[in-house]
Amino acid sequence: MGTRISISVQTEDFDVSSELAALRADDASIGAVVNFVGLVRDRNDGAQVAAMTLEHYPGMTERALEKIVVEAGERWSLAAARVIHRVGTLHAQDQIVMVATASPHRGDAFEACAFIMDYLKTRAPFWKREDTPAGSRWVEARESDDDAAARWDKPAA
Amino acid sequence: MKLELRFFASVREALSCDAESVDVPAEVATVGALRDWLAGRGDTWARALGAGKSVRAAIDLDMVGADAPLHEGAEVAFFPPVTGG
Repeated sequence: MGTRISISVQTEDFDVSSELAALRADDASIGAVVNFVGLVRDRNDGAQVAAMTLEHYPGMTERALEKIVVEAGERWSLAAARVIHRVGTLHAQDQIVMVATASPHRGDAFEACAFIMDYLKTRAPFWKREDTPAGSRWVEARESDDDAAARWDKPAA
Repeated sequence: MKLELRFFASVREALSCDAESVDVPAEVATVGALRDWLAGRGDTWARALGAGKSVRAAIDLDMVGADAPLHEGAEVAFFPPVTGG
């Protein structure tokens, strides 16, 4: 099944309902839509976080996201997928990322959405810098994110 | 061999450099060799790219391992593990 793929890396906020409406479009084969939205928390690693700045690698980021979504389309029945990731300065409670998947059945939509999100966290070149009362700091990568991505690794042939 | 280097996030900050054109000797044939060669430029470079640091690399916009071969005109990027999402 060919997957309709749409990817945006942008500074602007996004509207979830209009994005989901566009994802469904006029495709009556879609029976399930799963959406994940990531938000800026006000605490991280024991410190208050007032704001964060997201850096990315223009060109590579979009390409990495596209590859992840294409792989999801190869592994699950995926009619359409939408990925939006914001960059620049964001504040607590702001939306950072949205991953929406549309499939004939819910199982594919759930798994494809989780897969895209887990791979995004470990493979798409974004870096967060947090502003805390003690100054600003780069966010360290988490091993738990690697573990989450590794659960999708295919068994060796 | 001429290469276009790019540095991001904490690596960029540590080096005070986001991009540079370099001409590397022929024995620098892989991403890992390039990283070692750059780390040998001095203390600042060793601190940013030395063996103890967790650094990832990309060639021409694709993430690669240390064994990946370089080619003339390649865009090679070094950056810390990613933290998006």
